[in-house]
Amino acid sequence: MRIGVFWLVAAAVGLAVVVLTRFYFTNEYFFFAAYVVLQYIVLSTAWNILGGYTGYINFGTGAFFAIGAYSSVVLHKMPALLKTFDVVIPAIPLPVMILVGGVVSGIVGLGTGYLTLRLRGVFFAIATLALAVVVQTLIVNWDFVGGSRGIYMIRPPKAPLGGSYIQYLYTLMMVLSVISVGIARWIERSRLGLGFAAIRDDELAAEAGGVPTLRLKLIATTLSGALMGMAGAPLPYYVTYLEPASTFNLAYAVNSVAMPVIGGMTSWVGPVLGAILLGTIQQLATVTISSALNLLIVGLLLIAFVIIAPNGIVGLVQARRRRRAAAGEARAEQRAAA
Amino acid sequence: MAVSLDLLINAIVAGVLLGGFYAAVSVGITISFGMLDIANIAQPAFILLGSYAAYMFNSSLGLDPILVGIVMLPVFYVIGMAVYRLYYYSFELRGEQAIQGLAFFFGLLFVAEVSLVLIFGVDYRFVEAPYTEGSLHLGTLNLPLRMLIPFVFSLIMIALLQLYLTRSFIGRAILAVSQDGLALQLMAASPIRIKQIAFGISVATCSLAGTFLIIIQPIEPSIGRDYIGRIFAICVLGGMTSFPGMVVAAMLIGIVESITATFYGPSWAPAVAFGFLLVTLAVRPAGLAGR
Amino acid sequence: MNAAPGSDGPLLAVSALGKRFGGFVALENIDLTIAAGERVGLIGPNGSGKSTLVNCLCGTLHNETGTVAFDGRPLDGLIAHERTRLGLARSFQLPKPFHSLNLIDNIRVPLLYTVNARPGHHLSDAQVEARCRELLHDVALADKARRLPRDLTQVEMRKLELARAVATQPRLLFADEAMAGLSPSEVEEIIAVLLRLNEQGITIVLIEHIMRAVMSFSTRLVVLVAGQKIADGMPQEVVRNPEVEKAYLGE
Repeated sequence: MRIGVFWLVAAAVGLAVVVLTRFYFTNEYFFFAAYVVLQYIVLSTAWNILGGYTGYINFGTGAFFAIGAYSSVVLHKMPALLKTFDVVIPAIPLPVMILVGGVVSGIVGLGTGYLTLRLRGVFFAIATLALAVVVQTLIVNWDFVGGSRGIYMIRPPKAPLGGSYIQYLYTLMMVLSVISVGIARWIERSRLGLGFAAIRDDELAAEAGGVPTLRLKLIATTLSGALMGMAGAPLPYYVTYLEPASTFNLAYAVNSVAMPVIGGMTSWVGPVLGAILLGTIQQLATVTISSALNLLIVGLLLIAFVIIAPNGIVGLVQARRRRRAAAGEARAEQRAAA
Repeated sequence: MAVSLDLLINAIVAGVLLGGFYAAVSVGITISFGMLDIANIAQPAFILLGSYAAYMFNSSLGLDPILVGIVMLPVFYVIGMAVYRLYYYSFELRGEQAIQGLAFFFGLLFVAEVSLVLIFGVDYRFVEAPYTEGSLHLGTLNLPLRMLIPFVFSLIMIALLQLYLTRSFIGRAILAVSQDGLALQLMAASPIRIKQIAFGISVATCSLAGTFLIIIQPIEPSIGRDYIGRIFAICVLGGMTSFPGMVVAAMLIGIVESITATFYGPSWAPAVAFGFLLVTLAVRPAGLAGR
Repeated sequence: MNAAPGSDGPLLAVSALGKRFGGFVALENIDLTIAAGERVGLIGPNGSGKSTLVNCLCGTLHNETGTVAFDGRPLDGLIAHERTRLGLARSFQLPKPFHSLNLIDNIRVPLLYTVNARPGHHLSDAQVEARCRELLHDVALADKARRLPRDLTQVEMRKLELARAVATQPRLLFADEAMAGLSPSEVEEIIAVLLRLNEQGITIVLIEHIMRAVMSFSTRLVVLVAGQKIADGMPQEVVRNPEVEKAYLGE
């Protein structure tokens, strides 16, 4: 399927799902839950661009996600702040906030990458872990965005597109999902994606083969960080009360690693599959079991898959297909020999 | 801002004491990452396990926490060996990309933290011992016992480890493996067994390090994350394999953190170690670039 | 960017190159010039610094002292992929294929990132595909185009390794122990490939231990011992050099 066709199909699927669910579901709860699942589609796909495609693991999803969320807070408070200087600007629409969140996160991704990507992958991973702590420290100490007390975010009175505000957020997140999956799919088949795969498989050989490894890695970290920031930008309006403890919740870090690993890291399908599967299960489970137990199960699944099925569900399906094909060939040869 | 000299000196001294403790926390990583090239990012989880073990036996049986730490050494050693076996058979043997090994340790770190939350809750826990209160006064110097005692025991532990590594047969085999695994194979010693012992030792240190931690400050499950940046920064700054270098690096970070906390507030301390890490990585001492 | 066409200096000019690892001196004061079209053999005992020299020249390692000039252009400050794009290619001693990509894609990566990254005429997708197949055909791997590297035999891996280096359209190729562990007939195969490449205009530096291959292939022989160059000249003369005999031969 050519990439242009893929974009159209993805957009059509997204549109269809949005329209159908808007008409079918009258209970708002569906949209609350679906928002989270879609958010994880974006986070997992973003993570996988750097992790599965390029081979550099990022443990600090929470940092990039939170940067997006808190940049929205800043933009939300900007009109009131500027008014005290007699500068009048209108309230900033959410899509603009999403773009800004993406840009800021992207820059942070670029910066982290620039400082650590000339070294081995493990140092980048450690730096992302430490980055999460640092960003959290900065936010906690910044009163303008609420510091450790948190901040209340009032949703705008009217939601564009009719319907409730949650339905609007759900639609926006669907758009982001389609965009991120489209980007992932485009990368897979492009020269860039081939370069990423070469870096993942053997960075030294890639560099010797003419691949500008540092530049490509920086592209991956920037893109990945930007998408994560965009996923986080609507969060303040979703939760209406934003505070660091839950925003930097380890759930984002572990889910954005577990979903691609369990779904499968080699293509765009894996993160989407992992997000839908794990995301839905967790949404259903939080009603019955505590969220800590919930996360424990995700963590254990991650360890299990990494040890037993490192190529994820997609990998298992592909392996089964290959075995069937090989068995089919063997049977055909037997018949021919007989 | 008028800087009180007394305040500064006490901050520096506190930093030195803190640094000694940080060295104890980092010695395990120096062995597993610096010498064995295993990025065990779950190390803070093992340290917290040590802390909670000390808490359990101290609060229920009133045992001295350092005693608990010493008694638990063999338990942690066995855990370390088991973890290495799992790691070896799942990843090293298969020649998997490093990403799976990292994901494994991350999973361990995460599962440990969440399990601790489930078992102990998010409340702060602490231990009680004669030395958790009170301080030693030397002139204008104020040395809190809860920092001085761990400091002393940390240095003893590191010195003993250094002796073991340089004098005993297995210790020297560990040093040899860290430099050239192939040479060791040619000597007909099994590097896997040696690595297993070394990794076991690196986790065993967490038993004591965790005890020191809970003596110094109350703990709750999420503080493990603050330590990741610190211990890797110390290991890297210290030259990866050198214990003396590690101790110096730990003191340095301890002092800077202490001064930051004293003059700018304690909530900035975790960021200091990360700053150190970034600076270290950016300056790139030889041996870091694509080993 | 290429140097002025028709420059008649040497293709590669190495001057006083030195490399240390901490206190260990891996290379000391290496001078070497290579003219276009030569077939240079580089020999020396294990640990003499041959691979280190290749790594320094190709940019994988950074030499502390000395200068390297390629076709008149100094290479200082250029990192590996930039040097490859200028026309310096190497194959690795232990083959390093992209293990998750099939053979065609293994060739496609260096092709896309060198030939299609240089200024000037770019190949279309169809031309790239055709060129990849042609390169695989040249090393007799065309029928395994869609296979993965793990399905290859030792000698096939070595040939893939060479094909990937050739895909970058190099002017100078370092073949780093491309024949280690191969049977005599397999060694002949690789020699034939290298000779063909040389006829097509690629200057080749062959780093090897297999003396028979080196002697038959090389127009010139350079000997490295303990990080220093101890001989450089016609193969027949170098081999009779008493120092070379002492330090090296007996293999």
